[in-house]
Amino acid sequence: MPSPLFAAVDPWILALSLFTVAVTVVMGYWAAGKSRTASDFFVAGRGVYVGWNVSAISGEYLSAASFMGVAGMVMSSGYDALWYPVCYACGYLFLLLFIAGPLRRFGAYTIPDFAEGRFDSPVFRKIAVIFVLFIGFFYTMPQMNGAGTALAYIFKDISWFGSTGLPYWVGVVVVGSAITLNVAIGGMKGITLVQAFQYWLKLFAISVPIFVLISLHGGYGKHLEANGPGAARAMNAALLAAADPANHDQQIQTDAGVIREILPAKAPSDATWLNPFGPLTTKAARAANLSPEQSRPYALLYTYSLIIALVCGTAGLPHILVRFYTNPDGVAAKRTTMWVMILIGVFYVFPPVFGTLGRNLLPELYNATGSRGPDKVVLELPLILNRAHAPWGAILSGITCAGAFAAFMSTFSGLLVSMTGALAHDVYGRMLRPESTANERMRMFKWCAFLVGGVATLLGCFVEKLQINFMVGQAFAIAAASYFPLLFMSVWWRGMTTRGAAAGMLAGGLCALVAVTLTNFSDLGWIDLKPFWIAHPLLRILCEQPAIWCVPLAISLMVIVSLATRAQVPYDIRMKMLVLHAPETLGLKQEYVRDHDGH
Amino acid sequence: MPVPGSTPKDFIHSEEFLAGLQRRQFRLSVACAASFLSLLLALPLLNYFAPELMTAPVAGFPFTWLLLGVLFFPLVWLIAWIFIRRSIALERREAELARSKRSNVP
Repeated sequence: MPSPLFAAVDPWILALSLFTVAVTVVMGYWAAGKSRTASDFFVAGRGVYVGWNVSAISGEYLSAASFMGVAGMVMSSGYDALWYPVCYACGYLFLLLFIAGPLRRFGAYTIPDFAEGRFDSPVFRKIAVIFVLFIGFFYTMPQMNGAGTALAYIFKDISWFGSTGLPYWVGVVVVGSAITLNVAIGGMKGITLVQAFQYWLKLFAISVPIFVLISLHGGYGKHLEANGPGAARAMNAALLAAADPANHDQQIQTDAGVIREILPAKAPSDATWLNPFGPLTTKAARAANLSPEQSRPYALLYTYSLIIALVCGTAGLPHILVRFYTNPDGVAAKRTTMWVMILIGVFYVFPPVFGTLGRNLLPELYNATGSRGPDKVVLELPLILNRAHAPWGAILSGITCAGAFAAFMSTFSGLLVSMTGALAHDVYGRMLRPESTANERMRMFKWCAFLVGGVATLLGCFVEKLQINFMVGQAFAIAAASYFPLLFMSVWWRGMTTRGAAAGMLAGGLCALVAVTLTNFSDLGWIDLKPFWIAHPLLRILCEQPAIWCVPLAISLMVIVSLATRAQVPYDIRMKMLVLHAPETLGLKQEYVRDHDGH
Repeated sequence: MPVPGSTPKDFIHSEEFLAGLQRRQFRLSVACAASFLSLLLALPLLNYFAPELMTAPVAGFPFTWLLLGVLFFPLVWLIAWIFIRRSIALERREAELARSKRSNVP
């Protein structure tokens, strides 16, 4: 009997998801009517009110990785995955301490603007633009993966050309085209408003289902305790009982007072999951058949490399930095960062709770990987409430789906604006047709949006098997090895020369790019490196998490090459450093621009 | 108007002002970064060398989970708050210094 296409879709989940998409598109349209000038398109006219800006930056920062990926990774890897949310938040602090203030005083639309202004080198601008695109595409892939995962979950029961469930790539294509269209029409002004709204939607969507779940199924601490050593005896007894075919009871009443489901064989054991140096960081060493004791130093190295990538990488994400220019002055930019850190910090407490509860209450997700496994725990976990409290499970699942839509839509939009800006503003407006009018550049912005959106969607179709959070970590590693050394060194060391900066950024960035690409190709099965990784677990870790060697490589190359080309330090370096560091109230920026245009 | 690169005529454009300004800013940023990095980077080491202490249960949480999953966020806020207050004050002092010296130069 042929079933109607949508009969198998939960109406609550569908309605709430569609609501999010509709609000996003309508708000984008509405704001587009107010967005007229080219400056509006690029950085939202600079006068974006601080409160809006805070919510918008947070909304843009909390991507599909934060909303779905962190929970999924905590569920699959336990403690080690906690480094991700913590370092996503800590990275912001680094940005504030070393980079935000000076960059803001220097005043430029984009990082390529900064690169050119600091070194007076149009060639260097081109190199910087290339990295906007590299990092951007790496960061759009997990967003697209989140989109495919969410749509495959929502439409998991429909019949599609004779098979059940929507293919992953359809979700990617649908969401990718919708957002691309929205950005092409609205520009960034639309995005600011939409992203501010989306932050609050995401916070609501991650926290409310958690509060309901823990009030009915036991608290965060109790669920962790149920994995602790105290619960091991009950777990073993239950496993023995479950092995008996006559016994159909698959649940365990733990001493902690919470009931948990029996773990499938593929799930990591309680002790490795709960404690540091678990499945994520020891994977390479265990694949090489090292004993747990021998694996520990490898796990420590992995952890440090991950921390460096995430903390330094935040400072180098192109779509985050461009937001700093939307503040009216330097003090406002600092206050904005403070509030952003509070908003994202509050958010990041919740996803690990989802992962923990998911392990105890929905362990069947361990049987699949990527988009059909733990990555969808945030979406699917609330549904368990339907067993006793229908339809509340579906409503809450609908809310988390809406949050997921907000997550990948806002970050993808932000990236699209930033990458399109780089193409339209830098490649077209400065390299190809410097004589083009503002109107021509705006038209080009739209075409570039379609181009970038199309490529990102295509790339997203290939990464179904990879973990969302893992891919975002890789984008951070590339940013940490390219932009972070560039920004940090050019802001604080006046001896930097163009060649030094370019050499360090290219070497660090490309090494990181090649290393993570090798890891991905091998994980996707496109090239067979498994025997090599097993023979060399250390190299596997250094390829999977390259920040620990790429960042020092980039910085030392910058120092060495700059010292070797000392004569090429820009002639007005003292004035540039003054503009970067002197208080804005002294008005040195205006003086600098006046002098500079005179040459 | 001083030509960039030439000998500066006033205090704002002098080497003395820039070097002092940059040193004071950098010292503040490094102090804040060091206090936070020493905690962040010490945690894996503690996990490595003192596993029993770090996994001791606190309200159901293993101690290290409670630190990393919950308590680290307020710590970051605290350091950010201290930095922002001090850096705004520093900026005001530097601006005053520059202005007072400028008015002294005829």
